[in-house]
Amino acid sequence: METLVADIWRSTPLVLLTLVGLIALLVEGSGKGRAAAVYWISLVGTIASFVLSFLSLNTEEAAFNDMILQGGYAAFFGMIFTASAFGTLILSRSYLRRLHTERGEFYVLIVFAAIGMMLMASAIDLIILFLGIEVMSICLYVLVGFLRTKLTANESALKYFLLGAFTTGFLLYGIALIYGTVGSTSFRAISAAFPAVSNQPLFLLGAAMLVIAFSFKVAAVPFHMWAPDVYEGAPTPITAFMSTGTKAAAFAAFVGVFLGAFQIAGSKLSEVIALAAAASMIIGNVVAISQSNLKRMLAYSSIAHAGYMLSGISAANREGETGILFYLATYTLMNLGAFGVLSWVEQKDDTKLTFDDYAGFSAQQPFLAALLSIFLFSLAGIPPFAGFFGKYYVFLAAVKADLTWLAIIGVLTSVVSVYYYLRLVMMMYFQPGGATVEEPPAQMAFIAVTCAAILVVLFGIYPSLIVDLTKEFLNI
Amino acid sequence: MELQTYLLLSAVTFIIGVVGVLARRNAIIVFMSIELMLNSVNLTLVAFSAYLGDVTGQMLVFFVMTVAAAEAAIGLAIIIALFRNKQTVNLDDINILKW
Repeated sequence: METLVADIWRSTPLVLLTLVGLIALLVEGSGKGRAAAVYWISLVGTIASFVLSFLSLNTEEAAFNDMILQGGYAAFFGMIFTASAFGTLILSRSYLRRLHTERGEFYVLIVFAAIGMMLMASAIDLIILFLGIEVMSICLYVLVGFLRTKLTANESALKYFLLGAFTTGFLLYGIALIYGTVGSTSFRAISAAFPAVSNQPLFLLGAAMLVIAFSFKVAAVPFHMWAPDVYEGAPTPITAFMSTGTKAAAFAAFVGVFLGAFQIAGSKLSEVIALAAAASMIIGNVVAISQSNLKRMLAYSSIAHAGYMLSGISAANREGETGILFYLATYTLMNLGAFGVLSWVEQKDDTKLTFDDYAGFSAQQPFLAALLSIFLFSLAGIPPFAGFFGKYYVFLAAVKADLTWLAIIGVLTSVVSVYYYLRLVMMMYFQPGGATVEEPPAQMAFIAVTCAAILVVLFGIYPSLIVDLTKEFLNI
Repeated sequence: MELQTYLLLSAVTFIIGVVGVLARRNAIIVFMSIELMLNSVNLTLVAFSAYLGDVTGQMLVFFVMTVAAAEAAIGLAIIIALFRNKQTVNLDDINILKW
Protein backbone atom coordinates (compact mmCIF):
# COMPACT_ATOMS: atom_id res chain seq x y z
CA MET A 1 0.00 0.00 0.00
CA GLU A 2 2.78 2.39 0.90
CA THR A 3 4.62 1.75 -2.35
CA LEU A 4 1.39 2.26 -4.27
CA VAL A 5 0.86 5.66 -2.69
CA ALA A 6 4.50 6.53 -3.29
CA ASP A 7 4.25 5.44 -6.93
CA ILE A 8 1.13 7.52 -7.50
CA TRP A 9 2.81 10.44 -5.81
CA ARG A 10 5.82 10.05 -8.11
CA SER A 11 3.73 9.96 -11.26
CA THR A 12 1.66 13.04 -10.48
CA PRO A 13 1.74 14.57 -14.01
CA LEU A 14 0.22 11.40 -15.45
CA VAL A 15 -2.18 10.66 -12.59
CA LEU A 16 -3.40 14.23 -12.40
CA LEU A 17 -4.13 14.43 -16.12
CA THR A 18 -5.98 11.09 -15.95
CA LEU A 19 -8.13 12.38 -13.08
CA VAL A 20 -8.83 15.60 -14.97
CA GLY A 21 -9.80 13.62 -18.05
CA LEU A 22 -12.21 11.47 -16.04
CA ILE A 23 -13.73 14.48 -14.29
CA ALA A 24 -14.18 16.24 -17.63
CA LEU A 25 -15.88 13.12 -19.00
CA LEU A 26 -18.28 13.02 -16.04
CA VAL A 27 -19.07 16.71 -16.40
CA GLU A 28 -19.77 16.21 -20.09
CA GLY A 29 -22.04 13.28 -19.34
CA SER A 30 -23.96 15.08 -16.59
CA GLY A 31 -26.10 17.19 -18.90
CA LYS A 32 -26.39 19.13 -22.11
CA GLY A 33 -24.43 22.27 -22.92
CA ARG A 34 -21.42 21.48 -20.78
CA ALA A 35 -18.85 21.86 -23.57
CA ALA A 36 -17.48 25.14 -22.23
CA ALA A 37 -16.97 23.68 -18.75
CA VAL A 38 -15.26 20.63 -20.21
CA TYR A 39 -13.01 22.89 -22.25
CA TRP A 40 -11.87 24.89 -19.23
CA ILE A 41 -11.34 21.80 -17.08
CA SER A 42 -9.22 20.21 -19.81
CA LEU A 43 -7.25 23.39 -20.31
CA VAL A 44 -6.46 23.76 -16.60
CA GLY A 45 -5.55 20.06 -16.45
CA THR A 46 -3.00 20.32 -19.23
CA ILE A 47 -1.44 23.42 -17.71
CA ALA A 48 -1.20 21.75 -14.28
CA SER A 49 0.31 18.63 -15.81
CA PHE A 50 2.82 20.76 -17.73
CA VAL A 51 3.93 22.49 -14.55
CA LEU A 52 4.19 19.19 -12.64
CA SER A 53 6.23 17.68 -15.47
CA PHE A 54 8.55 20.68 -15.40
CA LEU A 55 9.01 20.35 -11.64
CA SER A 56 9.84 16.65 -11.86
CA LEU A 57 12.40 17.18 -14.63
CA ASN A 58 15.41 16.59 -12.40
CA THR A 59 14.22 13.52 -10.52
CA GLU A 60 14.17 10.45 -12.66
CA GLU A 61 12.93 7.23 -11.09
CA ALA A 62 11.01 4.11 -11.97
CA ALA A 63 7.55 3.49 -10.53
CA PHE A 64 4.94 0.72 -10.49
CA ASN A 65 7.35 -2.24 -10.45
CA ASP A 66 9.61 -0.90 -13.19
CA MET A 67 6.75 -0.31 -15.57
CA ILE A 68 6.83 3.47 -15.76
CA LEU A 69 9.62 5.99 -15.66
CA GLN A 70 8.85 9.32 -14.07
CA GLY A 71 10.73 12.58 -14.35
CA GLY A 72 13.64 13.24 -16.68
CA TYR A 73 13.01 11.85 -20.16
CA ALA A 74 9.32 11.21 -19.47
CA ALA A 75 8.86 14.65 -17.94
CA PHE A 76 10.54 16.38 -20.88
CA PHE A 77 8.19 14.66 -23.28
CA GLY A 78 5.31 15.23 -20.89
CA MET A 79 5.94 18.95 -21.31
CA ILE A 80 5.87 18.60 -25.09
CA PHE A 81 2.63 16.59 -25.06
CA THR A 82 0.79 18.82 -22.62
CA ALA A 83 1.91 21.92 -24.52
CA SER A 84 0.72 20.35 -27.74
CA ALA A 85 -2.61 19.33 -26.18
CA PHE A 86 -2.99 22.82 -24.72
CA GLY A 87 -2.45 24.45 -28.10
CA THR A 88 -4.80 21.99 -29.78
CA LEU A 89 -7.54 22.63 -27.22
CA ILE A 90 -7.31 26.37 -27.77
CA LEU A 91 -7.33 26.06 -31.56
CA SER A 92 -10.17 23.52 -31.48
CA ARG A 93 -12.50 25.77 -29.54
CA SER A 94 -12.72 28.51 -32.13
CA TYR A 95 -12.57 26.00 -34.99
CA LEU A 96 -15.48 23.93 -33.68
CA ARG A 97 -17.52 26.99 -32.81
CA ARG A 98 -17.13 28.29 -36.32
CA LEU A 99 -18.45 24.98 -37.66
CA HIS A 100 -21.22 24.88 -34.99
CA THR A 101 -20.15 21.40 -33.90
CA GLU A 102 -18.74 22.09 -30.47
CA ARG A 103 -19.01 19.03 -28.26
CA GLY A 104 -17.35 18.29 -24.95
CA GLU A 105 -16.17 14.83 -26.00
CA PHE A 106 -13.75 16.43 -28.42
CA TYR A 107 -11.78 18.05 -25.59
CA VAL A 108 -11.93 14.94 -23.42
CA LEU A 109 -10.52 12.84 -26.24
CA ILE A 110 -7.64 15.29 -26.69
CA VAL A 111 -6.82 14.95 -22.99
CA PHE A 112 -6.95 11.13 -23.12
CA ALA A 113 -4.78 11.10 -26.24
CA ALA A 114 -2.24 13.20 -24.32
CA ILE A 115 -2.37 10.64 -21.49
CA GLY A 116 -1.60 7.88 -23.99
CA MET A 117 1.33 9.89 -25.29
CA MET A 118 2.69 10.39 -21.78
CA LEU A 119 2.43 6.64 -21.18
CA MET A 120 4.42 6.04 -24.37
CA ALA A 121 7.21 8.33 -23.23
CA SER A 122 7.22 6.95 -19.67
CA ALA A 123 7.14 3.31 -20.70
CA ILE A 124 10.07 1.18 -19.61
CA ASP A 125 8.17 -2.00 -20.37
CA LEU A 126 6.81 -3.13 -23.70
CA ILE A 127 3.35 -3.74 -22.19
CA ILE A 128 2.99 -0.13 -21.10
CA LEU A 129 4.37 0.99 -24.45
CA PHE A 130 1.66 -0.99 -26.22
CA LEU A 131 -1.07 0.35 -23.95
CA GLY A 132 0.12 3.93 -24.40
CA ILE A 133 0.15 3.62 -28.18
CA GLU A 134 -3.37 2.20 -28.14
CA VAL A 135 -4.81 4.76 -25.73
CA MET A 136 -3.45 7.49 -27.97
CA SER A 137 -4.44 5.88 -31.28
CA ILE A 138 -7.99 4.97 -30.30
CA CYS A 139 -8.66 8.58 -29.24
CA LEU A 140 -7.15 9.83 -32.48
CA TYR A 141 -9.25 7.53 -34.68
CA VAL A 142 -12.32 9.19 -33.20
CA LEU A 143 -10.92 12.71 -33.37
CA VAL A 144 -9.94 12.35 -37.02
CA GLY A 145 -13.46 11.29 -37.97
CA PHE A 146 -15.15 13.63 -35.53
CA LEU A 147 -17.03 15.66 -38.18
CA ARG A 148 -18.94 12.53 -39.03
CA THR A 149 -21.33 14.02 -41.54
CA LYS A 150 -18.38 14.94 -43.74
CA LEU A 151 -17.32 12.32 -46.25
CA THR A 152 -13.63 13.28 -46.27
CA ALA A 153 -13.55 12.96 -42.47
CA ASN A 154 -15.12 9.47 -42.66
CA GLU A 155 -12.68 8.44 -45.29
CA SER A 156 -9.57 9.63 -43.53
CA ALA A 157 -10.76 8.12 -40.23
CA LEU A 158 -11.33 4.75 -41.89
CA LYS A 159 -7.93 4.80 -43.59
CA TYR A 160 -6.20 5.82 -40.39
CA PHE A 161 -8.06 3.22 -38.39
CA LEU A 162 -7.48 0.27 -40.73
CA LEU A 163 -3.81 1.04 -41.26
CA GLY A 164 -3.32 1.87 -37.58
CA ALA A 165 -4.90 -1.39 -36.43
CA PHE A 166 -2.89 -3.26 -39.06
CA THR A 167 0.32 -1.80 -37.61
CA THR A 168 -0.82 -2.71 -34.11
CA GLY A 169 -0.69 -6.31 -35.30
CA PHE A 170 2.95 -5.87 -36.32
CA LEU A 171 3.80 -4.07 -33.11
CA LEU A 172 2.31 -6.87 -31.03
CA TYR A 173 3.94 -9.62 -33.03
CA GLY A 174 7.25 -7.82 -32.58
CA ILE A 175 6.67 -7.55 -28.83
CA ALA A 176 5.70 -11.24 -28.66
CA LEU A 177 8.85 -12.36 -30.47
CA ILE A 178 11.09 -10.18 -28.32
CA TYR A 179 9.36 -11.48 -25.21
CA GLY A 180 9.91 -15.02 -26.44
CA THR A 181 13.64 -14.58 -27.04
CA VAL A 182 14.46 -12.42 -24.02
CA GLY A 183 11.96 -13.91 -21.59
CA SER A 184 10.84 -10.52 -20.34
CA THR A 185 9.18 -7.37 -21.61
CA SER A 186 11.08 -4.94 -19.39
CA PHE A 187 13.51 -2.58 -21.12
CA ARG A 188 16.14 -3.28 -18.50
CA ALA A 189 16.03 -7.04 -19.11
CA ILE A 190 16.03 -6.53 -22.89
CA SER A 191 18.99 -4.19 -22.63
CA ALA A 192 20.92 -6.70 -20.53
CA ALA A 193 20.13 -9.57 -22.89
CA PHE A 194 20.70 -7.59 -26.08
CA PRO A 195 24.34 -8.58 -26.80
CA ALA A 196 23.42 -12.26 -26.45
CA VAL A 197 20.20 -12.28 -28.46
CA SER A 198 20.89 -9.57 -31.02
CA ASN A 199 21.85 -12.10 -33.69
CA GLN A 200 19.02 -14.55 -33.14
CA PRO A 201 16.67 -14.59 -36.12
CA LEU A 202 13.52 -14.47 -33.99
CA PHE A 203 14.76 -11.44 -32.10
CA LEU A 204 15.76 -9.66 -35.30
CA LEU A 205 12.37 -10.44 -36.80
CA GLY A 206 10.73 -8.96 -33.71
CA ALA A 207 12.91 -5.85 -33.85
CA ALA A 208 12.13 -5.47 -37.57
CA MET A 209 8.40 -5.64 -36.77
CA LEU A 210 8.90 -2.86 -34.22
CA VAL A 211 10.73 -0.78 -36.84
CA ILE A 212 7.71 -1.22 -39.15
CA ALA A 213 5.25 -0.26 -36.42
CA PHE A 214 7.17 2.82 -35.32
CA SER A 215 7.87 3.91 -38.89
CA PHE A 216 4.14 3.88 -39.44
CA LYS A 217 3.48 5.91 -36.31
CA VAL A 218 6.09 8.56 -37.15
CA ALA A 219 4.97 8.52 -40.83
CA ALA A 220 8.33 7.52 -42.30
CA VAL A 221 8.74 6.17 -45.84
CA PRO A 222 7.72 3.48 -46.88
CA PHE A 223 4.92 3.50 -44.28
CA HIS A 224 3.88 7.10 -44.83
CA MET A 225 0.97 6.65 -47.26
CA TRP A 226 -1.70 7.32 -44.67
CA ALA A 227 -0.33 10.68 -43.53
CA PRO A 228 -1.37 13.03 -46.38
CA ASP A 229 -4.90 11.60 -46.56
CA VAL A 230 -5.45 11.64 -42.82
CA TYR A 231 -3.92 15.09 -42.38
CA GLU A 232 -6.14 16.46 -45.12
CA GLY A 233 -9.39 14.91 -43.92
CA ALA A 234 -9.00 15.55 -40.19
CA PRO A 235 -10.18 18.78 -38.54
CA THR A 236 -7.24 21.22 -38.82
CA PRO A 237 -6.52 21.48 -35.06
CA ILE A 238 -6.36 17.66 -34.94
CA THR A 239 -3.97 17.69 -37.88
CA ALA A 240 -1.83 20.04 -35.81
CA PHE A 241 -2.10 17.66 -32.85
CA MET A 242 -1.17 14.63 -34.93
CA SER A 243 1.80 16.26 -36.57
CA THR A 244 3.16 17.49 -33.22
CA GLY A 245 2.04 15.48 -30.19
CA THR A 246 1.56 12.16 -31.93
CA LYS A 247 4.80 12.46 -33.81
CA ALA A 248 6.68 13.40 -30.66
CA ALA A 249 5.10 10.47 -28.79
CA ALA A 250 6.01 8.02 -31.53
CA PHE A 251 9.58 9.30 -31.51
CA ALA A 252 9.70 9.15 -27.71
CA ALA A 253 8.80 5.46 -27.90
CA PHE A 254 11.10 4.86 -30.87
CA VAL A 255 14.06 6.41 -29.04
CA GLY A 256 13.12 4.69 -25.79
CA VAL A 257 13.13 1.25 -27.38
CA PHE A 258 15.91 1.56 -29.94
CA LEU A 259 18.36 3.69 -27.97
CA GLY A 260 17.25 2.74 -24.45
CA ALA A 261 16.44 -0.96 -24.60
CA PHE A 262 18.51 -1.91 -27.66
CA GLN A 263 22.06 -0.80 -28.42
CA ILE A 264 21.77 -0.38 -32.15
CA ALA A 265 24.93 1.65 -32.87
CA GLY A 266 26.64 0.23 -35.93
CA SER A 267 24.21 -2.69 -36.27
CA LYS A 268 22.00 -3.80 -39.17
CA LEU A 269 19.03 -2.17 -37.45
CA SER A 270 20.78 1.18 -37.55
CA GLU A 271 21.38 0.73 -41.30
CA VAL A 272 17.72 -0.06 -41.91
CA ILE A 273 16.68 3.05 -40.00
CA ALA A 274 19.22 5.13 -41.95
CA LEU A 275 17.69 3.93 -45.23
CA ALA A 276 14.17 4.79 -44.01
CA ALA A 277 15.48 8.23 -42.99
CA ALA A 278 17.02 8.87 -46.40
CA ALA A 279 13.88 7.72 -48.23
CA SER A 280 11.65 9.88 -46.01
CA MET A 281 13.74 12.98 -46.58
CA ILE A 282 13.83 12.51 -50.34
CA ILE A 283 10.23 11.44 -50.96
CA GLY A 284 8.73 13.79 -48.38
CA ASN A 285 10.46 16.86 -49.74
CA VAL A 286 10.12 16.06 -53.44
CA VAL A 287 6.43 15.16 -53.31
CA ALA A 288 5.66 18.20 -51.14
CA ILE A 289 6.70 20.44 -54.05
CA SER A 290 3.85 19.22 -56.23
CA GLN A 291 1.09 19.71 -53.62
CA SER A 292 -1.42 22.51 -53.95
CA ASN A 293 -3.36 21.84 -50.73
CA LEU A 294 -1.47 23.30 -47.78
CA LYS A 295 -2.52 20.59 -45.33
CA ARG A 296 -1.18 17.96 -47.72
CA MET A 297 1.96 19.99 -48.26
CA LEU A 298 2.56 20.14 -44.52
CA ALA A 299 1.82 16.40 -44.31
CA TYR A 300 4.63 15.65 -46.76
CA SER A 301 6.81 18.13 -44.95
CA SER A 302 6.12 16.25 -41.72
CA ILE A 303 7.23 13.04 -43.47
CA ALA A 304 10.46 14.81 -44.40
CA HIS A 305 10.92 16.02 -40.83
CA ALA A 306 10.42 12.45 -39.60
CA GLY A 307 13.31 11.57 -41.92
CA TYR A 308 15.58 14.23 -40.39
CA MET A 309 14.82 12.95 -36.91
CA LEU A 310 15.28 9.31 -37.92
CA SER A 311 18.83 10.13 -38.97
CA GLY A 312 19.39 11.09 -35.33
CA ILE A 313 18.14 7.66 -34.22
CA SER A 314 20.23 5.75 -36.74
CA ALA A 315 23.31 7.71 -35.60
CA ALA A 316 22.57 6.30 -32.12
CA ASN A 317 24.88 8.65 -30.25
CA ARG A 318 24.44 11.32 -27.64
CA GLU A 319 24.28 14.16 -30.14
CA GLY A 320 21.59 12.31 -32.06
CA GLU A 321 19.40 11.92 -29.02
CA THR A 322 19.88 15.53 -27.92
CA GLY A 323 19.09 16.56 -31.48
CA ILE A 324 15.85 14.58 -31.59
CA LEU A 325 14.67 15.98 -28.25
CA PHE A 326 15.48 19.54 -29.33
CA TYR A 327 13.97 18.97 -32.74
CA LEU A 328 10.70 17.61 -31.33
CA ALA A 329 10.30 20.43 -28.82
CA THR A 330 10.77 23.13 -31.46
CA TYR A 331 8.96 21.27 -34.23
CA THR A 332 5.92 21.08 -31.95
CA LEU A 333 5.93 24.85 -31.57
CA MET A 334 6.38 25.68 -35.23
CA ASN A 335 3.94 23.16 -36.65
CA LEU A 336 1.28 23.98 -34.09
CA GLY A 337 1.67 27.64 -35.01
CA ALA A 338 1.58 27.03 -38.76
CA PHE A 339 -1.55 24.90 -38.54
CA GLY A 340 -3.05 27.47 -36.17
CA VAL A 341 -2.82 30.22 -38.79
CA LEU A 342 -4.08 27.80 -41.44
CA SER A 343 -7.12 26.99 -39.32
CA TRP A 344 -8.05 30.69 -39.10
CA VAL A 345 -7.87 31.25 -42.83
CA GLU A 346 -9.65 28.01 -43.67
CA GLN A 347 -13.37 28.25 -44.30
CA LYS A 348 -16.26 25.83 -44.19
CA ASP A 349 -16.23 22.89 -46.60
CA ASP A 350 -12.44 22.79 -46.62
CA THR A 351 -11.97 25.83 -48.83
CA LYS A 352 -9.19 28.43 -48.65
CA LEU A 353 -6.53 25.81 -48.15
CA THR A 354 -4.45 26.22 -51.30
CA PHE A 355 -1.42 28.39 -52.05
CA ASP A 356 -3.47 30.75 -54.21
CA ASP A 357 -5.82 31.52 -51.34
CA TYR A 358 -2.94 33.30 -49.60
CA ALA A 359 -2.27 35.88 -52.32
CA GLY A 360 -2.04 39.31 -50.76
CA PHE A 361 -2.43 38.00 -47.21
CA SER A 362 0.30 40.30 -45.87
CA ALA A 363 -1.51 43.43 -47.04
CA GLN A 364 -4.74 42.45 -45.26
CA GLN A 365 -3.32 40.74 -42.17
CA PRO A 366 0.31 41.86 -41.80
CA PHE A 367 0.76 40.40 -38.31
CA LEU A 368 -0.69 36.97 -39.11
CA ALA A 369 1.37 36.84 -42.30
CA ALA A 370 4.50 37.64 -40.29
CA LEU A 371 3.67 34.89 -37.78
CA LEU A 372 3.13 32.32 -40.51
CA SER A 373 6.37 33.40 -42.19
CA ILE A 374 8.33 32.84 -38.97
CA PHE A 375 6.95 29.30 -38.72
CA LEU A 376 7.68 28.57 -42.38
CA PHE A 377 11.24 29.92 -42.19
CA SER A 378 11.79 27.81 -39.10
CA LEU A 379 10.39 24.69 -40.78
CA ALA A 380 12.72 25.34 -43.70
CA GLY A 381 15.61 25.42 -41.24
CA ILE A 382 16.79 28.96 -41.89
CA PRO A 383 18.75 30.60 -39.06
CA PRO A 384 18.15 32.28 -36.64
CA PHE A 385 14.96 30.26 -36.15
CA ALA A 386 14.81 27.14 -33.97
CA GLY A 387 14.35 24.75 -36.90
CA PHE A 388 17.93 25.41 -37.97
CA PHE A 389 19.49 24.07 -34.78
CA GLY A 390 17.28 20.98 -34.77
CA LYS A 391 18.61 20.04 -38.19
CA TYR A 392 22.14 21.04 -37.26
CA TYR A 393 22.18 18.68 -34.25
CA VAL A 394 20.78 15.63 -36.04
CA PHE A 395 23.07 16.07 -39.06
CA LEU A 396 26.05 16.61 -36.77
CA ALA A 397 25.13 13.36 -35.03
CA ALA A 398 24.96 11.56 -38.38
CA VAL A 399 28.42 12.83 -39.37
CA LYS A 400 29.88 11.74 -36.03
CA ALA A 401 28.43 8.26 -36.52
CA ASP A 402 30.12 7.95 -39.95
CA LEU A 403 26.83 8.42 -41.75
CA THR A 404 28.06 11.41 -43.73
CA TRP A 405 26.05 10.36 -46.79
CA LEU A 406 22.89 10.64 -44.71
CA ALA A 407 23.79 14.14 -43.56
CA ILE A 408 24.51 15.15 -47.18
CA ILE A 409 21.10 13.87 -48.32
CA GLY A 410 19.57 15.75 -45.39
CA VAL A 411 21.20 19.05 -46.29
CA LEU A 412 20.40 18.72 -49.99
CA THR A 413 16.74 17.84 -49.38
CA SER A 414 16.47 20.74 -46.90
CA VAL A 415 17.44 23.01 -49.75
CA VAL A 416 14.63 21.50 -51.81
CA SER A 417 12.21 22.11 -48.95
CA VAL A 418 13.00 25.83 -48.94
CA TYR A 419 11.24 26.04 -52.30
CA TYR A 420 7.79 25.02 -51.12
CA TYR A 421 7.92 26.79 -47.78
CA LEU A 422 9.02 30.06 -49.33
CA ARG A 423 6.50 29.70 -52.12
CA LEU A 424 3.81 30.37 -49.53
CA VAL A 425 5.75 33.34 -48.14
CA MET A 426 6.09 34.69 -51.70
CA MET A 427 2.35 34.27 -52.17
CA MET A 428 1.58 36.23 -49.05
CA TYR A 429 3.99 39.08 -49.68
CA PHE A 430 4.49 39.50 -53.40
CA GLN A 431 1.27 38.37 -55.08
CA PRO A 432 -1.58 40.84 -55.33
CA GLY A 433 -4.85 39.52 -53.93
CA GLY A 434 -7.33 39.94 -51.13
CA ALA A 435 -6.69 36.92 -48.89
CA THR A 436 -7.85 37.52 -45.34
CA VAL A 437 -9.50 35.78 -42.41
CA GLU A 438 -13.27 35.46 -42.23
CA GLU A 439 -13.38 36.53 -38.60
CA PRO A 440 -10.50 37.55 -36.35
CA PRO A 441 -9.01 34.63 -34.40
CA ALA A 442 -10.12 34.13 -30.81
CA GLN A 443 -7.97 36.11 -28.42
CA MET A 444 -6.51 33.16 -26.55
CA ALA A 445 -5.64 31.27 -29.70
CA PHE A 446 -4.00 34.39 -31.06
CA ILE A 447 -1.91 34.85 -27.92
CA ALA A 448 -0.92 31.17 -27.90
CA VAL A 449 0.27 31.23 -31.51
CA THR A 450 2.14 34.49 -30.94
CA CYS A 451 3.89 32.93 -27.94
CA ALA A 452 4.82 29.93 -30.09
CA ALA A 453 6.40 32.29 -32.63
CA ILE A 454 8.34 34.12 -29.91
CA LEU A 455 9.61 30.80 -28.53
CA VAL A 456 10.65 29.64 -32.01
CA VAL A 457 12.83 32.74 -32.32
CA LEU A 458 14.06 32.49 -28.72
CA PHE A 459 15.10 28.82 -29.00
CA GLY A 460 16.74 29.64 -32.31
CA ILE A 461 18.94 32.24 -30.67
CA TYR A 462 19.46 30.37 -27.38
CA PRO A 463 19.22 26.65 -28.22
CA SER A 464 21.04 25.89 -24.96
CA LEU A 465 17.79 26.67 -23.10
CA ILE A 466 16.47 23.28 -24.23
CA VAL A 467 19.74 21.43 -24.67
CA ASP A 468 20.73 22.06 -21.05
CA LEU A 469 17.41 20.61 -19.89
CA THR A 470 18.03 17.39 -21.79
CA LYS A 471 21.59 16.77 -20.57
CA GLU A 472 20.60 15.04 -17.36
CA PHE A 473 18.55 12.16 -18.61
CA LEU A 474 19.68 10.93 -22.01
CA ASN A 475 19.37 7.22 -22.72
CA ILE A 476 22.90 6.99 -24.07
CA MET B 1 3.67 -30.65 -28.49
CA GLU B 2 6.70 -28.53 -29.02
CA LEU B 3 7.00 -24.77 -28.98
CA GLN B 4 7.79 -24.71 -32.70
CA THR B 5 4.40 -26.18 -33.61
CA TYR B 6 2.57 -23.36 -31.91
CA LEU B 7 4.86 -20.72 -33.32
CA LEU B 8 4.42 -22.11 -36.80
CA LEU B 9 0.64 -22.18 -36.46
CA SER B 10 0.51 -18.60 -35.21
CA ALA B 11 2.93 -17.41 -37.91
CA VAL B 12 0.73 -19.00 -40.58
CA THR B 13 -2.40 -17.42 -39.07
CA PHE B 14 -0.64 -14.07 -38.88
CA ILE B 15 0.33 -14.26 -42.54
CA ILE B 16 -3.23 -15.22 -43.53
CA GLY B 17 -4.36 -12.09 -41.67
CA VAL B 18 -1.80 -9.88 -43.43
CA VAL B 19 -2.76 -11.26 -46.84
CA GLY B 20 -6.43 -10.71 -45.99
CA VAL B 21 -5.80 -7.06 -45.14
CA LEU B 22 -3.85 -6.46 -48.33
CA ALA B 23 -6.02 -8.46 -50.74
CA ARG B 24 -9.64 -8.00 -49.65
CA ARG B 25 -11.58 -4.85 -50.50
CA ASN B 26 -14.48 -5.07 -48.05
CA ALA B 27 -13.78 -2.94 -44.96
CA ILE B 28 -15.47 -5.44 -42.63
CA ILE B 29 -13.42 -8.35 -43.95
CA VAL B 30 -10.23 -6.30 -43.73
CA PHE B 31 -11.13 -5.59 -40.14
CA MET B 32 -11.74 -9.29 -39.46
CA SER B 33 -8.32 -10.07 -40.92
CA ILE B 34 -6.77 -7.58 -38.50
CA GLU B 35 -8.51 -9.37 -35.63
CA LEU B 36 -7.05 -12.61 -36.93
CA MET B 37 -3.57 -11.05 -36.78
CA LEU B 38 -4.11 -9.94 -33.19
CA ASN B 39 -5.32 -13.38 -32.17
CA SER B 40 -2.38 -15.10 -33.79
CA VAL B 41 -0.18 -12.84 -31.68
CA ASN B 42 -2.12 -13.97 -28.62
CA LEU B 43 -1.35 -17.56 -29.51
CA THR B 44 2.35 -16.72 -29.84
CA LEU B 45 2.30 -15.00 -26.47
CA VAL B 46 0.56 -17.85 -24.70
CA ALA B 47 2.91 -20.40 -26.28
CA PHE B 48 6.00 -18.46 -25.19
CA SER B 49 4.48 -17.90 -21.78
CA ALA B 50 3.91 -21.62 -21.23
CA TYR B 51 7.33 -22.47 -22.62
CA LEU B 52 9.17 -19.94 -20.45
CA GLY B 53 7.04 -20.66 -17.38
CA ASP B 54 6.53 -16.92 -17.05
CA VAL B 55 3.16 -15.26 -16.58
CA THR B 56 3.89 -11.92 -18.28
CA GLY B 57 2.88 -13.22 -21.69
CA GLN B 58 -0.53 -14.33 -20.49
CA MET B 59 -1.05 -10.99 -18.79
CA LEU B 60 -0.27 -9.24 -22.05
CA VAL B 61 -2.88 -11.40 -23.79
CA PHE B 62 -5.57 -9.95 -21.54
CA PHE B 63 -4.48 -6.44 -22.43
CA VAL B 64 -4.51 -7.32 -26.12
CA MET B 65 -8.04 -8.69 -25.85
CA THR B 66 -9.24 -5.55 -24.07
CA VAL B 67 -7.63 -3.27 -26.61
CA ALA B 68 -9.00 -5.35 -29.49
CA ALA B 69 -12.50 -4.95 -28.06
CA ALA B 70 -12.07 -1.17 -27.82
CA GLU B 71 -10.70 -1.07 -31.35
CA ALA B 72 -13.64 -3.10 -32.62
CA ALA B 73 -16.07 -0.61 -31.09
CA ILE B 74 -14.33 2.37 -32.67
CA GLY B 75 -13.73 0.64 -35.99
CA LEU B 76 -17.32 -0.47 -36.47
CA ALA B 77 -18.52 3.01 -35.50
CA ILE B 78 -16.29 4.55 -38.16
CA ILE B 79 -17.49 2.04 -40.75
CA ILE B 80 -21.14 2.77 -39.88
CA ALA B 81 -20.55 6.55 -40.13
CA LEU B 82 -19.04 6.02 -43.55
CA PHE B 83 -21.84 3.71 -44.65
CA ARG B 84 -24.45 6.30 -43.70
CA ASN B 85 -22.81 8.86 -45.95
CA LYS B 86 -21.82 6.72 -48.84
CA GLN B 87 -23.81 3.44 -48.73
CA THR B 88 -20.70 1.35 -49.34
CA VAL B 89 -17.98 -0.40 -47.38
CA ASN B 90 -15.89 -1.26 -50.42
CA LEU B 91 -12.45 0.26 -50.03
CA ASP B 92 -12.07 0.80 -53.79
CA ASP B 93 -15.04 3.19 -53.75
CA ILE B 94 -13.55 5.25 -50.95
CA ASN B 95 -11.27 7.49 -52.94
CA ILE B 96 -11.96 11.19 -52.59
CA LEU B 97 -8.59 11.64 -50.99
CA LYS B 98 -5.86 10.40 -53.26
CA TRP B 99 -3.70 7.64 -51.77
